[in-house]
Amino acid sequence: MYKLGIDVGGTNTDAVLIDDKLRVVADIKQPTSEDIYEGILRAIRNVLEVSGVDKSRITQAMLGTTQCTNAIVERRNLAPIGILRIGAPATCGVPPMVDWAEDIQKIAVGSVIIRGGSEFDGKELVPLDEDAAAAFFREMKEKGIKSIAISCVFSTVRNDYEVRAAQLCREVMGNDVHISISSELGSMGLIERENATILNAALWKVAERFTEGFAKSLQDEGVVNAEVYLSQNDGTLMTMEHARRYPILTIACGPTNSIRGASYLSKLKNAVVIDVGGTTTDLGVIQSGFPRESSVAVTIGGVRTNFRMPDVISIGLGGGSIVHEKADGTITVGPDSVGYAISDRALVFGGDTMTATDIAVRLGMAELGDKKLVSHIPEDFAKRAMDVIRSMIEDSVDAMKVSKEDCDVILVGGGSIILPEKIEGARSVMKPEHFGCANAIGSAISKVSGTYEKLIDYNEIPRETALEQAKAEAVELAVKAGAIPATVEIIEVDDVPLQYHPGNTNRVKVKAAGDLA
Amino acid sequence: MRKIGIQEIEDIATGAALLGAGGGGDPYVGKLVAIGAVKECGEVTLLDPEEVPDDALIVPIAMMGAPTVLAEKAIGGQEYKKLYDMVTQFFGKKIYAFMPIEAGGVNSMLPIAAAARLGLPLVDVDGMGRAFPELQMVTFTIGGLKATPMALTDEKGNSVIFETITNKWTEELARSVTMSCGGSVSVSLFPMNGKQMKEYGVKGIVTRSQKLGEAIRTVKNAENQTPEEHFLQFTEGFRLFKGKISDVLRETRGGFNIGKVVLDGIGDYKGHTAYVEFQNENLAAVVDGKILATTPDLICLVDTETFTPVTTDALKYGKRVMVIGLKCFEMWRTASGIELVGPRYFGIDTDYIPLEERCKGGK
Repeated sequence: MYKLGIDVGGTNTDAVLIDDKLRVVADIKQPTSEDIYEGILRAIRNVLEVSGVDKSRITQAMLGTTQCTNAIVERRNLAPIGILRIGAPATCGVPPMVDWAEDIQKIAVGSVIIRGGSEFDGKELVPLDEDAAAAFFREMKEKGIKSIAISCVFSTVRNDYEVRAAQLCREVMGNDVHISISSELGSMGLIERENATILNAALWKVAERFTEGFAKSLQDEGVVNAEVYLSQNDGTLMTMEHARRYPILTIACGPTNSIRGASYLSKLKNAVVIDVGGTTTDLGVIQSGFPRESSVAVTIGGVRTNFRMPDVISIGLGGGSIVHEKADGTITVGPDSVGYAISDRALVFGGDTMTATDIAVRLGMAELGDKKLVSHIPEDFAKRAMDVIRSMIEDSVDAMKVSKEDCDVILVGGGSIILPEKIEGARSVMKPEHFGCANAIGSAISKVSGTYEKLIDYNEIPRETALEQAKAEAVELAVKAGAIPATVEIIEVDDVPLQYHPGNTNRVKVKAAGDLA
Repeated sequence: MRKIGIQEIEDIATGAALLGAGGGGDPYVGKLVAIGAVKECGEVTLLDPEEVPDDALIVPIAMMGAPTVLAEKAIGGQEYKKLYDMVTQFFGKKIYAFMPIEAGGVNSMLPIAAAARLGLPLVDVDGMGRAFPELQMVTFTIGGLKATPMALTDEKGNSVIFETITNKWTEELARSVTMSCGGSVSVSLFPMNGKQMKEYGVKGIVTRSQKLGEAIRTVKNAENQTPEEHFLQFTEGFRLFKGKISDVLRETRGGFNIGKVVLDGIGDYKGHTAYVEFQNENLAAVVDGKILATTPDLICLVDTETFTPVTTDALKYGKRVMVIGLKCFEMWRTASGIELVGPRYFGIDTDYIPLEERCKGGK
């Protein structure tokens, strides 16, 4: 019985095989190909070859991918979308995307706020303006749009306006239109929920590519006995079908996986984890063995969402980051990156683009490609570029630290060769064995979860009893999803009263997670 | 006189959220409303109170309702023009400037949006120096001013002008209209002249909020002290407790988010427990059974690392917070101040003892 963990980053695809004692049997790393399918296929083939494991004995396959995060951060492969918000005459003071950066606002080909929605107690605000919705969908159809984000004021209380609008959307735009509705994605807070919905809508192409790529490559490599899962941002797993509809939930699973993987590999329970990929570097904190959770709303590529995620800073710096010299002589590194094309486009590989990796090779920090191809870079220039990289990292480490005191740092990720050995603010810098594949390891050791959510009137069932029952239900759901009962823990408990609701009705949400059997 | 642009708005929002003492709402939506208005209509002029003529008509702008409702409905956008027209018509006199009524994430922001949308200045003053849950709880009440004529409008276009016999009545009537209108409405209340504003207002509060916000934004830049020491120094705050949220009990009653957050100590406070009671705003902080602070002094919860304020509606299990106490505006410590907003008014059976006395000999 083996677990296969795969992590598809913007630059590298990693694969690990882990046995039933959670020991790493084999790990490999290779460049991500433009065709996700090819890359995963080769990764599976390689890791099977290296390990010599019988493919029929792989019973679980987990895929973690930063494809969605990268698409948002780099504004690449985002599909053009239409945004329909139901909420006028309320909400108009804050139109959709009001605080988004201009470059990402462009994904919205059309955006409209129509009348409709409910009040906090489910009472109708105004009736849904179906004509306006249909008119908007017709306009989007004419413009060739294939994906629509629908949000509605108080859709967490009543989702029927969104559901009705989705139905109209299908009638007008056809059955193959991708529809994201906000009540499926987030909690209270219209703007953050809507933001997540908009991003989800724009990610459908990216999602289609990685889910199909993964399924097909497993099939073609003969890994046919495995249950297939995708990593979510909270470190637990979801099914393929779920991931296709809600790709946004894979956002930041990379950081969660790499933090958990790094802690697992280094045996350190408290440290700052720096995961350098090809395009981005994520910094997270492991506290008592668990990723520190963000206490503020999570921002991805400048967009605020309401997901609860590990506290991670993501900066546009990686092995493939492009080095620019501005007219005034100042140097910048990233956020643009050659990404997976590093093996073609970086100077050391005979390409024409100067990347962070070229700088590291020029300074003798790494042996990679052909160092003669970077010897023309003046040493002074390379040093100044490295200073830029160093200060980007040191600023970020400082931002993550718990106190002014120096902290332990764990370096993981394939791009970590670009970092200097000495980092100000770090007491120790550790690169554990298999450091390049921490993500895939984190993915392979992921848990499976069950979430129970229900409206409960505390006047009928006392809070203590209600929470106990909800916890038991959540545990049962996790076990049904495949968790070993003895390993299941409650990882989240939330109960929020319905505002002004008569009685004492609360929305109770409990999440439990355990190890896969 | 100076201008308020987008960076100023960011800082004011953070600082005001801290002064909100757990209430006043998450500054995010308020900030978006203000930024949206400034982007569309231009920067806002901030006036020092002394720059305002004594006979000028000054009108506070605010929102009434539950923060979680605001986070969902924001505002419609036409409300401020409506309020302006209603008040101007009532007095037969033009409004000279707007002002905030309280410091808090939301109500510090909306007057900025109103000022931007109508091209009027904003005065650097408010009526609390913090946030309180009921509308009569302002320094102007101590000064004998009335909340009415109070104009109220919702995003649907319903509007009311209240004229009442006491501020308590205004509160009751406005609160029930607010609930009927969907839980959040825009209001103008305590219309006053420049002289009254200068006599009873908490002056310089917008600037103080901005400075606090700026300090939180740059807390890590402190030289020769930890960010925590730096934070406590510039806020002049008393550190009451540090802990991890182990439970949050809440219910919504009569339009208020009422409850209690329980904390398990961390760091120096390991092995100790504390709880903070709240009614929208934090009312009392109790450590190991001993009351360390009560209203009207400010009890604020902040993130232990970023020092960003944590409002009562954002309390979640597992969050690590520091509880600090800040001294309230002097006028609140008078007998009439304590009668209006002291612990007994909120059903907490203790006398008001100033924060600095309760904390004597503590950590």
